Amino acid sequence: MSLVVAPPVPGGSVHPLEAAREKAEIGETVSRWALIAFSALFFTFFLLTPLIVIFLEAFRRGVDVYIAAIREPDALSAIGLTVLTAAVAVPLNLVFGVVAAWAITKFEFRGKRVLVTLIDLPFSVSPVVAGLIYILIFGAQGWLGPWLGAHNIKIVFALPGIILATVFVTFPFVARELIPLMQSLGNDEEEAAVILGAGGFSVFWRITLPNIKWGVLYAVILCNARAMGEFGAVSVVSGHIRGETNTLPLHVEVLYNEYQFSAAFAVGSLLAILALVTLVAKNWIEFRSPSLRVR
Amino acid sequence: MSIQAIHITKTFGDFVAVDDVSLEFPTGKLVSLLGPSGCGKTTLLRIIAGLEQPDSGRIVLEDHDASRVHARDRQVGFVFQHYALFHHMTVYDNVAFGLRMKPRRIRPSEAAIKDRVTSLLELVQLGWVADRFPSQLSGGQRQRIALARALAVEPRVLLLDEPFGALDAKVRKELRRWLRKLHDDLHITSVFVTHDQEEALEVADEVVLMNKGRVEQRGTPDEVYKNPATSFVYNFIGSVNLFRGRVGRNGVTVGEVVLPSRVNGSSAAERGGNVLAFARPHEIRVLPDEQGIGGFPAQIDRIINFGLTAHIELKGIRATEGEFFNVEVLKETIDEQQLHAGKIVRLVPSELRLFEYDSAANEV
Repeated sequence: MSLVVAPPVPGGSVHPLEAAREKAEIGETVSRWALIAFSALFFTFFLLTPLIVIFLEAFRRGVDVYIAAIREPDALSAIGLTVLTAAVAVPLNLVFGVVAAWAITKFEFRGKRVLVTLIDLPFSVSPVVAGLIYILIFGAQGWLGPWLGAHNIKIVFALPGIILATVFVTFPFVARELIPLMQSLGNDEEEAAVILGAGGFSVFWRITLPNIKWGVLYAVILCNARAMGEFGAVSVVSGHIRGETNTLPLHVEVLYNEYQFSAAFAVGSLLAILALVTLVAKNWIEFRSPSLRVR
Repeated sequence: MSIQAIHITKTFGDFVAVDDVSLEFPTGKLVSLLGPSGCGKTTLLRIIAGLEQPDSGRIVLEDHDASRVHARDRQVGFVFQHYALFHHMTVYDNVAFGLRMKPRRIRPSEAAIKDRVTSLLELVQLGWVADRFPSQLSGGQRQRIALARALAVEPRVLLLDEPFGALDAKVRKELRRWLRKLHDDLHITSVFVTHDQEEALEVADEVVLMNKGRVEQRGTPDEVYKNPATSFVYNFIGSVNLFRGRVGRNGVTVGEVVLPSRVNGSSAAERGGNVLAFARPHEIRVLPDEQGIGGFPAQIDRIINFGLTAHIELKGIRATEGEFFNVEVLKETIDEQQLHAGKIVRLVPSELRLFEYDSAANEV
């Protein structure tokens, strides 16, 4: 078979194939830049600008006002409550998430699909509704209200209610992260460990956990960010008692409603900093663990 | 240590993976479980290891019923197709894992573990990779490490699940020779699952052929190759040519052509019965005269001519329209008979093996 060679083109005109390729390249360049420009604009307008505004507004009346707004007793109490809530809710959901992911990926059992669906429930239910559920159960007029009242146990409008609501809202983070990860890892290494004589705890501690540790850390960071930033569900169950049941996001709202804009933005900037720290930590983990990088 | 599987049945939903299989694996032998994918060989191996629970039946290890013994206490070694090395541990820690998992009172000292791991790494000829991680090794090296890890706990039996399935052809060949040699040195009762008939025949003392959850035949590689018990076995072991025909007075009638042949193989293939007739590629002669007596015509598609022998691919014409054949002849025959693609020749089977052809079970 002979090779078809393009004849030399006189007069410098371009070969048709060459022209088509150039045209395609131009088209590709145009669409690439259009997409990049659109994303950049969108990012600047909707994400970057608000972030800058938060810090500008926070420091508008000077550093002293900023520091005073944060050192004010109600603000300190809100910070303390937020940290305490996250410190209880995140470990609870960590344990639950790991156990659920383990059960779902390592065993076959009846009702597995139901469990998987239930884990997603907090993502699909409005946080306000989630808060209302706890009012209906534990509130003064709720199912358990009279009994709790008689025993002098406060759940709603107190710390337990806030923690319950936060746990509910941040329920799916760890399990949702670990289920696909553990599914992709498979059972081979665990089975190999069992055959070599390892007990259940050893298998988890020495084989499973090292394999999923970056996924766990990643999930914990996202879970923590949500736990500290949650507004809707906590707002319903907290009762907005200043200095007692106000978390950081609630405290920002209170300040804003009282026209203390600089103070509101100052406290709000703490949440923004948390978000930035979360992003950096998340990226660091993605960098350390290649298996999480592509999603 | 001997292994007995007694009336083992295992289903997954509606799928019967292992169907009432009873087998005995004698002490010190390397037995291969051979069959196509989905035939139940891996499931049976996992049941022996205790990784799966059978629906019914028992596993007996050295005269002790092991059915209720947990996988971690069965003292078996298991080698996985995809190695299953602990990829966050070094090679050394991988091999030492089983020893470190022993109960405290019988656990060897770290010094003893070091000796054992070092000698095992020497055994698999990989002493120099002790400090590496599995991801830094080639596939063949990983599987040798996996074998060393399995042997570390001095298992009573060694179970290998398609251990060379993920490796390329050249490494497979090297490793299976190496495994055979290793087995000759250690004499540990071993069960080797594979779907590669060549691998099974080359490595094993005995071959167990499985199909659709049942045992089709067991025997030495030689027996299985020379005397296949069923049409499935014949078809699975080595390449074959297949004719559907009827047993006649002078041989087998395929369409209008009579293939003169001794009737052997299945005794049930009585006169007049429908049979499947098989011939190996080297059991067919190619004759250049299309019109001669005996055999049937076919057209040469392609001649693959390298090595000691030549392979001829042919397609059937007339009575065998739509069928394909492959024939192995000596290299010289190609020139002597002036064979070339497109030429019409006559095929005469020198040996035909007949199997009764009646039920779907015989369909191949």
